[in-house]
Amino acid sequence: MALSAISANAQLKGNIFIHDPSTIAECDGKYYTFGTGSGGLISEDGYTWTGGGVRTGGGVAPDVIKIGDRYLVSYSAGFPGTEGKTRGNIITMWTKTLDPESPDFGYSDPMLVAWAEADEDCWAIDPAFLMGPDGKLWCSYGTYFGTIRICELDPKTGNRMPGDVATDVAIDCEATAMMYRNGWYYLLATHGTCCDGVNSTYNIVVGRSRNPRGPYYDNVGRDMMEGGGRMVLSAGNRVTGPGHFGHFVVDEGVERMSCHYEADMDLSGRSVLAINALQWRDDWPFVADQFKPGTFEIESVRRGYALEIAVDFVRMAGRSTRGFGSVNDPTFAIENQKLVDVIADWPKGEIGVRANDYMFRPHQRWTITPVEDAGGYLGFPYYKIEIEGTHRALAATEAEELVTVPAFTGADEQLWRIEQLIDGSYRIMPKSVPGHDEPLALICTGDSTVALGKYDFNSDNSKWNFRDR
Amino acid sequence: MNAQSAPGQMPPLTLEDYFSPSTAVPAGPDAKGFVQRWTLLEPIGKPGLNSNAAFNDSYLRKEFATVYFKDQNTMVPKDGQTVTLADKTKLKWHCLDSKKYNVKLYRFASGLGLRPTEGVFMAVTVINVDKDVTVRMAVGSNSGSIWYVNGEEAILLSNDRRMVVDDCVSPKLTLHKGKNVVRGTVINGPGMSDFCIRFYDENGNIFKDFTVTNQ
Repeated sequence: MALSAISANAQLKGNIFIHDPSTIAECDGKYYTFGTGSGGLISEDGYTWTGGGVRTGGGVAPDVIKIGDRYLVSYSAGFPGTEGKTRGNIITMWTKTLDPESPDFGYSDPMLVAWAEADEDCWAIDPAFLMGPDGKLWCSYGTYFGTIRICELDPKTGNRMPGDVATDVAIDCEATAMMYRNGWYYLLATHGTCCDGVNSTYNIVVGRSRNPRGPYYDNVGRDMMEGGGRMVLSAGNRVTGPGHFGHFVVDEGVERMSCHYEADMDLSGRSVLAINALQWRDDWPFVADQFKPGTFEIESVRRGYALEIAVDFVRMAGRSTRGFGSVNDPTFAIENQKLVDVIADWPKGEIGVRANDYMFRPHQRWTITPVEDAGGYLGFPYYKIEIEGTHRALAATEAEELVTVPAFTGADEQLWRIEQLIDGSYRIMPKSVPGHDEPLALICTGDSTVALGKYDFNSDNSKWNFRDR
Repeated sequence: MNAQSAPGQMPPLTLEDYFSPSTAVPAGPDAKGFVQRWTLLEPIGKPGLNSNAAFNDSYLRKEFATVYFKDQNTMVPKDGQTVTLADKTKLKWHCLDSKKYNVKLYRFASGLGLRPTEGVFMAVTVINVDKDVTVRMAVGSNSGSIWYVNGEEAILLSNDRRMVVDDCVSPKLTLHKGKNVVRGTVINGPGMSDFCIRFYDENGNIFKDFTVTNQ
């Protein structure tokens, strides 16, 4: 199969058309997300998606959470007996599996867990779950008409906790979600205008509280009941209207957020599923600029040395290379060392890899491109990592070392996961390592030596930066 | 379930849930500096305004330049005073104190049995200070709005906005010793409509050294 690079702006692949996606849930090795209407999307690797998700009840803006060995699903729609009496109903139901092909698939009878009265300052739609650290189950809901509310559900039954009274926590928003981390509860909310395609100003903001019932404050101390919120994600890069935040933890220090974009301008302005790496700073979540293909220095966080192939450092000739001279001497630009100046003396076969002072020399500059039809991992494609101007590609070896092969062939050990960590650095992992089942990552074994090893978020040995300089 | 055991048990909301009649006693701002006393005009209907998508600056300036009734831009109305539109519709001014930090225009209209959406609302109040003071006026509104202090434009809030505290803050302006008339117009299509206003002093602190009257 021919493998080629794909668009630099590639988002996810396959059928990614969805509106108001639920949190992404994992079930028996596959990823699921449900949207407004009756269906949902399924993916085997989290990068290429298909239709086929099944959710009964119709309605809008579902959410899903795994509790024990089953899944609780929520959505908002009409509920028998409430016609004319409510402005919105929040409904929950259980299923043992999300796989519609499984004999265990099937939803329990729907339960009405929350509503707003016909004339209340609330419209009960857009439910979202949070299982707190104490095992309490929370559900946020609401939209621009009135307030966002939080109520408590019983995790054993999926129904409303008896006697619970919902709390008003925010205004001016809809499509909320909740997270918990480091003693803080977070309320994610979608502000701006929905459902306006390329003109949608939908954006995702956050407030935080020590109490799941709020009040939630933003970064300038403004209550979300005053319309406050700190920006998490807004439009950019030819997509508009991010909304309906979902949280997914991949590994320690590796987190994703999911949402839809109201319009992907490369896909006819249609509403699409999106997955971005999530960062945290000072206990605030945000989505920074995502990794973009290009040519980079791959810098170790451990020592700040750059990944390079193990070839001779070739000194640059010419005058003024010692940096001294009379102040009156005329100045001129010295060209960078070029690939053609050095490649003739490089070995033709495999070349090892190490780290060294970055001098922006040809043997230290890596061109990173996504690989078409090679699949991916949650939110992102596999990449090839080649020396700039060549097809010499980084590869993993069975001996848990790194090597470069003369030309990229698309073998699994030449395909790389590049994942932004919550602190803004990256981990770099091969798709697979010959002879190994356990996941391994690119690590520093010393300041100047690299290998493959167990990823450890708490060690700078596991972390890398991509620098364009 | 909810505090109610089943839907449909909550009594309907009324004007009194959100407002009380203003009194002759000057009011202060609330604890966070918000102005709660206003004279509000029953909404001028804008049938067919079923979207706020058009509310860019040009649209709003043209809309807000519309004169609907005599002395629209100068009157400091009394409670119960009426105005007559070009189509002979009579609308009444109401002197009210909001029970919340914001002024919920939707509930003002619905509480009077009037259509709460697709309309233009007007609001007037008087800010009284003991000496000249330089301030900035902080406004949040749903949706677009324009605000004047003593006849001079202070701030325009454009696009399909929702009411966020301190969303838009005016350039510095002077509240003169004595009475200062604050006047605003808010336009909204579908959904809820409201606004909130407070002031900041030159040091960026909330300014609360004033009283509020209807006249």
